[in-house]
Amino acid sequence: MRLSGKGLIDRTKPVSFRFDGNVFQGFEGDTVASALMANEVKLVARSFKYHRPRGVMGAGSEEANALLTVGRGAAQDPNVRATMQEIFDGLETRSQNRWPSLHWDMLSVNDLAAPFLGAGFYYKTFMWPKAFWEKIYEPIIRRSAGLGALSGAHNPDRYEKAFAFCDLLVIGAGPAGLMAALTAARAGADVILAEEDRLMGGRLNGETEEVGGMAGADWAAGVVAELEAMPNVRLMTRTTVTGAYDQGTYGALERVAHHLGDRGGRPLECFWRIVAKRAILCAGAIERPVAFQNNDRPGIMTASAVRTYLNRYGVAPGRRVTVFGNNDGVHQTARDLIAAGVHVAAVIDNRRDATDSNDYPVYRGAEVCNSSGRKGLESVTFRSLSGEDKVETDCLAVSGGWNPSVHLTCHMNGRPVWNEAIQSFVPVDGMIPGMTTAGACQGTFSTHGALSEGAAQAIVALDTLGISAKVTDIPKAEDAPYEVAPLWAVGGKGRAWLDFQNDVTVKDVKQAASENFASVEHMKRYTTQGMSPDQGKNSNVAALAVLADATGRGIPETGTTTFRPPYVPVSIASLGAGAQGAGFAPQRFTTSHNVSVDRGAPMIEAGLWYRPSFFPARGEKTWRQSCDREVNMVRNAVGVCDVSTLGKIDIQGPDAGAFLDFVYTNMFSTLKVGRTRYGLMLREDGTVMDDGTTARLGEQRYVMTTTTAAAGPVLRHLEFVHQCLCPQMDVQMISVTEQWAQFAVAGPKARDLLNDLVDDDLADENWPFMACGPIKVLGVGGRLFRISFSGERAYEIAVPARFGESLFGELNRRAEALGGGLYGMEALNVLRIEKGFITHAEIHGRVTAFDIGMERMVSAKKDCVGKTMSERPGLSGADREQLVGLKPVGPVKQLTAGAHLFEVGAAAVRENEQGYTTSVGYSPTMESYLGLAFLRNGRGRHGEEVVMVDHLRDVTARCVVCDPVFFDPEGGRVRG
Amino acid sequence: MRITCPICGERDRREFYYVGDAVALSRPDPDDGDIAWDDYVHNRDNPAGVTRDLWYHEGGCGAWLVVTRNTVTHEVLQTELASDAKEAMA
Amino acid sequence: MAEMNAKSPCDGLLPIAAGDVHLSEIPMTLMTSISPFKGQTAALSEALKAAHGMALPAPNRATGRDGARVVWIGREQVMLIGPEPAASLEAHGALTDQSDAWAVVRLYGEGAEDVLARLVPVDLRAAVFKRGHTVRTMLQHMSVSITRVGDSAFQIMAFRSMAKTLVHEVETAMKGVAARDAS
Ligand SMILES: [Zn+2]
Repeated sequence: MRLSGKGLIDRTKPVSFRFDGNVFQGFEGDTVASALMANEVKLVARSFKYHRPRGVMGAGSEEANALLTVGRGAAQDPNVRATMQEIFDGLETRSQNRWPSLHWDMLSVNDLAAPFLGAGFYYKTFMWPKAFWEKIYEPIIRRSAGLGALSGAHNPDRYEKAFAFCDLLVIGAGPAGLMAALTAARAGADVILAEEDRLMGGRLNGETEEVGGMAGADWAAGVVAELEAMPNVRLMTRTTVTGAYDQGTYGALERVAHHLGDRGGRPLECFWRIVAKRAILCAGAIERPVAFQNNDRPGIMTASAVRTYLNRYGVAPGRRVTVFGNNDGVHQTARDLIAAGVHVAAVIDNRRDATDSNDYPVYRGAEVCNSSGRKGLESVTFRSLSGEDKVETDCLAVSGGWNPSVHLTCHMNGRPVWNEAIQSFVPVDGMIPGMTTAGACQGTFSTHGALSEGAAQAIVALDTLGISAKVTDIPKAEDAPYEVAPLWAVGGKGRAWLDFQNDVTVKDVKQAASENFASVEHMKRYTTQGMSPDQGKNSNVAALAVLADATGRGIPETGTTTFRPPYVPVSIASLGAGAQGAGFAPQRFTTSHNVSVDRGAPMIEAGLWYRPSFFPARGEKTWRQSCDREVNMVRNAVGVCDVSTLGKIDIQGPDAGAFLDFVYTNMFSTLKVGRTRYGLMLREDGTVMDDGTTARLGEQRYVMTTTTAAAGPVLRHLEFVHQCLCPQMDVQMISVTEQWAQFAVAGPKARDLLNDLVDDDLADENWPFMACGPIKVLGVGGRLFRISFSGERAYEIAVPARFGESLFGELNRRAEALGGGLYGMEALNVLRIEKGFITHAEIHGRVTAFDIGMERMVSAKKDCVGKTMSERPGLSGADREQLVGLKPVGPVKQLTAGAHLFEVGAAAVRENEQGYTTSVGYSPTMESYLGLAFLRNGRGRHGEEVVMVDHLRDVTARCVVCDPVFFDPEGGRVRG
Repeated sequence: MRITCPICGERDRREFYYVGDAVALSRPDPDDGDIAWDDYVHNRDNPAGVTRDLWYHEGGCGAWLVVTRNTVTHEVLQTELASDAKEAMA
Repeated sequence: MAEMNAKSPCDGLLPIAAGDVHLSEIPMTLMTSISPFKGQTAALSEALKAAHGMALPAPNRATGRDGARVVWIGREQVMLIGPEPAASLEAHGALTDQSDAWAVVRLYGEGAEDVLARLVPVDLRAAVFKRGHTVRTMLQHMSVSITRVGDSAFQIMAFRSMAKTLVHEVETAMKGVAARDAS
């Protein structure tokens, strides 16, 4: 019921929204919870396990009952707290966890089966037979569990992340936070003030109390206005600080556009990483419910929530309200209700010495012990010294006291301590380095106390930063002592709810204790208490108190409650903002990319790079046709391929040669200027790390090439070797991968193609195999390397990247004129398999130089990385799986990569495994499938037959073992 | 987590590449024997407390760092350039 | 006779604008990375000053102006941007032509800091990151060099092959900031 003349809502701006298909009206400034309450909608949700009818129980982010699904279709957002969702025109919300409807829900039969569904039900019921778990139990549990659901479709919303830095982060903008921020800001510090609510002010917006002689909300608004005008302050509303991390890093979720119908290009959420030199937690406190029979009926809510709805939203949560609790807050609630013209049916205070009132009936030393009503509260039963009594009421405001919001202080493994006076856990100093606490989250519940502590903590924090802050006048405010009597669970039969979200009752906790799950950590896991989206904010302390009672221990002896990040649920999309789809990693494009795509080449990912798979020609229907043609083209005429993706590292300095001698197994200091050499690099444990050619461009200058995949790791390794192992060496290195567009020109006509493109005579006397040097390409300074990855006469020609596209086009035109053309990764792969050249398919991290037949490349004349360990017994010898070639000889002519090798006649089982295939391809040159494989004692078994078995693709082929160099083993073609 | 690079200043952990124990600086001589090499390449302590690790400021200046930190409290106690640490060992 | 046509890294991608923030490509020029040899740092700095009027900048600093800059780009590495490096430098350090290796863009306008705050985990606010300050860091997942070249203008360098991703990332952040500022 809406009350006239009250609240911080804008009554000139009506808003209509939908809940479960029905249209409701509210005002700007309303949440879904307040607007539904104004429309007297009480039943808003069904509980998790028993599908009990539930209503709104709070007014903040800790809400445990009123979870809704917002939106529809791909972007629908489940488990949104109705207390946090601001309404806007066109907002669509739905209740969850019910079928077919909220009012008539099939699975509410679970409630009748409750005796069987108590604590440990899953553990006891689904134990056996074991085979039933995966196929029967788990699907059933999964179907019936859960609250809201995701759409299952790709989320079209945009999320953002951001970084911020400050001297002082103030978490929470209640009286303590506002005062802390104001004190620090006036001293000139860089301040971020983060507040989860739309409005700053905290409890002041929900109370009638005055601060500094004016309404608390007005005082808060005045402070916000002052802060807003200061350039050294960043005010962040709708922003929840979700976690405290190492070295002053805080995570914060900003809900940027959840409250907007038209987002106008804004991201939905932004996840902030805030780095703060100091922080003050002013997170306030959360009022706790009291457990009694049927305490979960719609219409039962916390007393502070009732005051918030009254004072901030101008909504009466009921027409006849009863208030129940153990502290003076219940009387404030009754006074606020009466001031708003709402009838107070009774105030039930469990303290025998509670103050009496002339305005409403007070039952002292009494406890509410049951409630009744169909889908909403109709009456409560209470018990006092004079016996049981019943009162007709449609709303019960409950206060079991307050739990300081210590959550963030626990995020780095700190433990809060029990404070008997306030019956709560409070933080201790130093739980988070650089963070202090002020106000209610510290257990200081008076407004005056909060204001003073906020200011004082700001001064202390700034002092440690060398900024002196002046003591600000503390405005006059309420300073009543907080008097509270223990009140956790009212005795009696029936189910009394502790964790509303996970449907955990007092009985469940007692049962856990009686079954010896008496440690708090065991109890939580056994009952699932505290494991729901609210993460026990409403129930942890009460559950601990019940457990303490059941086990006959005190609360501090029973344990502490601890909290981990995040403070509120955080969408994965916001944590990973910017990394959806292709944003997951940068895309790297070669200079020939557009030309390749124009030629219809399917692009494949090679690390972050995109490379052409093959270039389909007219009439070709399969990739194999294209690949075969491209291979033949290179073998018979000339082919052109972009090899810019290979890593290129410029290495210079007087010790460049010595450095290369140390990182490569073979010698480079002896390499002549103008020559290139193949090099093998080991890890320190003796396995092969990478291979490639390195060219000597000058006395003190080399350019190393790495494989595409290992470019980053190799540079990192080289820097490691230089900085960590031999910093005395005078050598410098830098990647030049991006500087050069480099193309392989391979085939018998390669020289013909290049001859009049470059300014030099490419006669073999000048440019023999493995020669390298500077050259002019159509007038542009470039480099030429006579190296080959195909076994044909081949050159790699490099020009500055700006000319890459131009040169690629020119090379293609010339190749085509000579009967050749472009070739892609598929043909490149077949060409190198034909020659037995290895890639990372072979040097996959477990093979040694011996395994690939290159042990003679490990120079005896010098030390190098990996040399000592490569000499260990077991890393060479007949037992090793060694690189071999395979050719099919049986009826099945196909080979597959990753298949296993067995002796002829042996069962194809693990115990008999002799080796495995690493690379295969169809060779049009040899007119056969060819494979590279590792086979135990392979070099001693050339000519022997083995069986290749691919269990995954169901291929079995008989093969003959041979040398891995299938084509031109003498190497005559590469020399011309 | 934040690490202070001696060259770049205090930076977010995402800019760094973690490698492992700074024992990697103490490469044995080739003839120091199996035990020394086994310890160097394979054997690592896993202390609850202070460790000396190598980190690479890959997303920054490219320096290798020796970072002394506490695995229990997550405090970063000291950072120095690995090249300085290595040269100091000579 | 065929000709070699030059194409800049951000060809066809820039300029763009959103709200008050602009992103444009800085025309390609000579870029030479310079790393001092052992014990040559001071001599290199002298040679740089003599030849190009700019001393070797300290880490995280850049000297010079549009057309002739020396930008610190890493441990024992600076980038000479603009001039042809003098031969006198070669005795003191390793010189490497990097003119084609980087996509170099200029992000400018009110709100440029807010755009970078969505991409870069370093404090680039004017009070901390002043004109002449430079940083090697990450922009989303890319390694970049960022230099403040004006009150609200930054030079951003990323690998040439990643130019498209660079523009996409910055543009996305620009749009997000512009949408908020519009409110
Ligand atoms: Zn660094």
